[in-house]
Amino acid sequence: MNEPILKLSGLTKIYPGGLKALDGVDLEIRKGEIFALLGPNGAGKTTLIGAVCGLVRPSAGKIGVFGTDLKSDWRSARARIGLVPQEMATDMFETVWHAVSYSRGLFGLAPNKVRIEEILRSLSLWEKRHAQIRELSGGMKRRVLIAKAMAHEPELLFLDEPTAGVDVELRKDMWRQIDAMRARGTTIILTTHYIDEAEEMADRVGIIDKGRILMVDDKASMMTRLGRTEAHIALAQPLAALPAELQRLPVELEDGGHSLRYRGGDGTGKGKGEVAELTKALSALGIDYVGIDVRESSLEDIFVSLVEKRKAA
Amino acid sequence: MHFNARGAWSIFTRELMRAFRTAFQSILAPVMTTSLYFIVFGSAIGNRMPDLGGVSYGAFIIPGLLMLTLLGETTSNASFGIYMPRFTGTIYELLSAPVGVGETLVGFVGAAAVKSLILASIILATAMLFVDYTIAHPIWAVIYIVLVAASFALFGFILGIWADSFEKLGIIPMLFLTPLTFLGGTFYSIDMLPNPWDTIALFNPIVYLVSGLRWTFYGSADVSFAVSLAMTLAFLAADTAIIAYIFKTGWRLRE
Repeated sequence: MNEPILKLSGLTKIYPGGLKALDGVDLEIRKGEIFALLGPNGAGKTTLIGAVCGLVRPSAGKIGVFGTDLKSDWRSARARIGLVPQEMATDMFETVWHAVSYSRGLFGLAPNKVRIEEILRSLSLWEKRHAQIRELSGGMKRRVLIAKAMAHEPELLFLDEPTAGVDVELRKDMWRQIDAMRARGTTIILTTHYIDEAEEMADRVGIIDKGRILMVDDKASMMTRLGRTEAHIALAQPLAALPAELQRLPVELEDGGHSLRYRGGDGTGKGKGEVAELTKALSALGIDYVGIDVRESSLEDIFVSLVEKRKAA
Repeated sequence: MHFNARGAWSIFTRELMRAFRTAFQSILAPVMTTSLYFIVFGSAIGNRMPDLGGVSYGAFIIPGLLMLTLLGETTSNASFGIYMPRFTGTIYELLSAPVGVGETLVGFVGAAAVKSLILASIILATAMLFVDYTIAHPIWAVIYIVLVAASFALFGFILGIWADSFEKLGIIPMLFLTPLTFLGGTFYSIDMLPNPWDTIALFNPIVYLVSGLRWTFYGSADVSFAVSLAMTLAFLAADTAIIAYIFKTGWRLRE
């Protein structure tokens, strides 16, 4: 396997008040992937980004980036990392063009009008290049932050809640932008608490809560390992007990025998197959049913169950 | 990458642009205020005052007034320059960029110092409209003004890092710097103070700065130029040490 583009080992951050925002985080990010870091508010997502981007001083642990230690080689590392913050932080009196050009220079690159034009056009900001940022809509301002982060052509880009508070259309537009960045070879780490965003965008997903990484996996593998199929079959006549022929399947009677609940599978389609098997068995036994409701568990279910398990532990 | 010269230049030019964007507040307002001092104290009252050390009163107050503006404006510019990104959150970009203490100081402190030097030049040119004066040691005057501008730009930078509210940002220039400058010999010679105030005045560090600049103009001052220069360099060194500490520990910059 290639050397990870980012490697966190035992990364810990304890704030002066004693809050442990990161608790021995180990994480590896692969070159070229989109990695979604999922977690509830206060889970440590922004602190993790801040530690890599130089906004937060880690209390312990190591950050390896592009194969070198961030602490000793911070200048060249930072020149290759971009950050789109969660907060709408930009000089509102600057024009879009100046703001983006400034970011490019700040990161040590020579002025390049052609590149800035490309970036602004790709984010539909070209027509607004002479406008002061305060004149722009919320969505446009967020695009300016992305343009600023892209101005120095980073190889590793952090997007901290990129679509927080934006409307559905803009969210989808942002997703397209993120996809385009990945197509250009940028490795992207995005934090979000929108599960559908992670489901839509990410190659791999990490779940973080109370400063600890609970799980990291390919989205597909995570669904396979933890995904479930749930089916509810409404029976025409109630059953007093579960027939022996059905007991080999993960089925239970519920609702006073008026319905059957199947809960099983693994996210690969096995569950749907077993539900089909169950319906055939019911027909063979002459048990009539009047409705079937089948649902695959989402990343959200997995996320909620992991976080809840941790709370219970 | 070693020193990120483009990064430093980007901060520097952006800060200067900010000053020109607010030219009325940054340049015209202090020039106008200083001109009023020249009119009131230099021309109106000064005409009735005796010469001090062979220099007309109007000319005598030029170095003090220049120092008054220089200290106030340099400190305010530098403190505001770094405080605003902290206040608005745009500091994230600076902290995540490949810029360290050197680039940050060249950018913010350099721009604040250059703004003050531009301002000092305009004030000196304006003073010619009201008072006849000559500069006895012009090279030393330039060196000294640059040193004072750099020292107080660093001081302002520290202030901008320390402050966590606009009130705190204004408190040091308004409650300490301006009164100390007024009491530091801007409008009078320390020799004119009765005992023990002439001795007490020597505990005011601004006395040495005003006196040093006055020496470069007229060749004589309350304290020797060597002492003034040493005090300025000591102030510069203290500022540098504090800033080195700030960047080493990330105090008020990095969480």
